[in-house]
Amino acid sequence: MSAHSTTIEVSSKRGVWGGGNEPLKASYGKLMMWFFLLSDIFTFAAFLITYLAIRVSYPAYGGAAETFTGSNEYWPVPELVFEALPFLHGVHAPLIFVGIMTFVLIASSVTMVLAVEAGHRNDRGDVVKWMLWTLLGGITFLSCQAWEWSHFIHGTEAGSLLTYVNGLGQNVTETVFGANLMVNEYGPGSFAQLFFFITGFHGFHVTIGVFLLFLCFYQAAVGIYDKRGHYEMVEKIGLYWHFVDLVWVFVFTLFYLI
Amino acid sequence: MEVQDTKSTLQVTPRNEEKIKKIWKTAGILLVITLSEFVMAFTMERGILLYAVFIILTVWKAKYIMMEFMHLGDEAKPLFYAIIVPLIFLIWLVITLIKEASDIFVMRW
Repeated sequence: MSAHSTTIEVSSKRGVWGGGNEPLKASYGKLMMWFFLLSDIFTFAAFLITYLAIRVSYPAYGGAAETFTGSNEYWPVPELVFEALPFLHGVHAPLIFVGIMTFVLIASSVTMVLAVEAGHRNDRGDVVKWMLWTLLGGITFLSCQAWEWSHFIHGTEAGSLLTYVNGLGQNVTETVFGANLMVNEYGPGSFAQLFFFITGFHGFHVTIGVFLLFLCFYQAAVGIYDKRGHYEMVEKIGLYWHFVDLVWVFVFTLFYLI
Repeated sequence: MEVQDTKSTLQVTPRNEEKIKKIWKTAGILLVITLSEFVMAFTMERGILLYAVFIILTVWKAKYIMMEFMHLGDEAKPLFYAIIVPLIFLIWLVITLIKEASDIFVMRW
């Protein structure tokens, strides 16, 4: 055992950061996932702070909520833009649908932690069960977002009468329906641009997340992690999935509440 | 790839009910905060006060997700600070860009 004690002596002389030990007490994979997420936090923060800045540089709609009409002169009131429900045409349900989406994503984050907890206990049955619920939540969220986008693009029946500069550089006044990257019936052009870009980038992350969740579910179910001897992959994919939820919490506040 | 061997060789430990209870409690807190944001969006008057409340509640939710769900609080201190400290720069970015945006607002309208 003398060789063993020598190694310890050497590493203690080097100090915590001298090498030969793990000062962060985390595996390589988990550490890299955390630093990837840190860089992704900065990416999303840049997008969301840009939204905030452009939002502040436009006047807010000042009139009564009931008489709101879309215009590119002021920023729209979110609860009057996002107020539709699937299958219930014409029903005024402000923020209900997006509230359901938020609930679904938070719930899938909860089932993910339960899967991670089961992974710590090497309990394959529980991991598979909770991964399946998480996967279901992720797919439900994506489907809701697809509907939300489709409704946003097609717009309302009335549309809005806007004056804007079109793609040919002409000043036109016409009734606009729905939204595209050039013009939208709800507010200034940048409102729809930011909506598409930021919720789109988030949706892209969710899509990758669903793919990873499926991979993890499959590998757990066929016993690959049992063979490997640990369920750390559940933990790493869990970190990514919680991050997606974390970003949505901010997207929800900025786009739908403020 | 062999998948016939479905018997686990790993020791399965029983559920830690206390841990699971804490997870559901955190979920409940997140739900309550979101619901109160929802109620406030319809009952309070729009303005700086409401927006400040929303942002504080959002950061509070983010704290729960990072500390309880992502277990950042349980990581080694150097890792914890390596993730948290860089985020301080975002506060600067928010203040700078909002200041800039309100100047643009004044010039535009």
